[in-house]
Amino acid sequence: MQFTNLNDFLAMGTHGFYVWLSFGITFALLFALIYSSKRKNKQVKNAIIKRQLREKKLKKAAQLQKESISTSKSKEVSS
Amino acid sequence: MWKWLHPYANPEVSYHFAGKLIPWFKYLTILLLSIGLVWVLLFVPADYQQGNSFRIFYIHVPTAILSLSIYSTMAVIAFCGLVWQLKLADASVAAIAPVGAVFTAIALITGAAWGRPTWGVWWIWDARLTSELILLFLYLGVIALHSSFSDKSQGGKAASILTLVGVINIPIIKYSVEWWNTLHQGQTVTKLGAPSMASEMYWPFLVCFFGFVCFLGWIISLRFRTEVLSRNAMRPWVKSVAELSEKK
Repeated sequence: MQFTNLNDFLAMGTHGFYVWLSFGITFALLFALIYSSKRKNKQVKNAIIKRQLREKKLKKAAQLQKESISTSKSKEVSS
Repeated sequence: MWKWLHPYANPEVSYHFAGKLIPWFKYLTILLLSIGLVWVLLFVPADYQQGNSFRIFYIHVPTAILSLSIYSTMAVIAFCGLVWQLKLADASVAAIAPVGAVFTAIALITGAAWGRPTWGVWWIWDARLTSELILLFLYLGVIALHSSFSDKSQGGKAASILTLVGVINIPIIKYSVEWWNTLHQGQTVTKLGAPSMASEMYWPFLVCFFGFVCFLGWIISLRFRTEVLSRNAMRPWVKSVAELSEKK
């Protein structure tokens, strides 16, 4: 252990400001990178799921339309 | 001989491979960087000339070395991508560039904070510092090119070409301390076999260095997976992957 008490540790000789500035900014940037990488991953996955749901909806709607057209046609034929 | 590599050209295989790597890198990062942090802040002796500001060395030097290695790696991948038209290469370059930019920024900021007590100035326009700043702009340029085309393969190509042009900067950074007179000191740790450092200062450096390497592996794998997903959004396997992660 290089320091005898907490004040010594925080002061770092006379270089406390520079040492803590460096370590603080470094770890802030690393955590920001972790956070943004995870968030982007989630966003991309959500976008894929959203698009998938929309496609399903569109397919269903198209099918319904097709069915209604064919039933109305068959009605016309029967009448 | 290289045939075992072939399956990894398939995005699905690479995606799952990167996923297997992530936990290893993640826990090694946490382990190594926490050991390194405690060791460096509490137990490493202060330098007899620089005092406690020497502790900045353990962040500054690994990130600066790695900012160059990351760029070289990115350039090799970009070259292969351009020559052999590998789609995964674009995804890798897009995944690597932001991480490289952060490491370069850390190297520059910690360098400034170390320079103030040691040289008396925050910044000086000498060869080493200026070329490292250009490296940061190259990374930012690659990121910008990737996101400024609506067609991703077009943007990937442009970014890869910029990456290759920027390679000229790498030897300039590396040898700037030998070619020009500068305040920046020469190399201490990369002299192969014989680092000019005391071993009680060198071992914690190695721990920090490999901690940062694992951090790179972790974040690059994570970002690579994101890029692969967004580039293959229409494939059935991607849909099932996205669904699975939703359920968790």
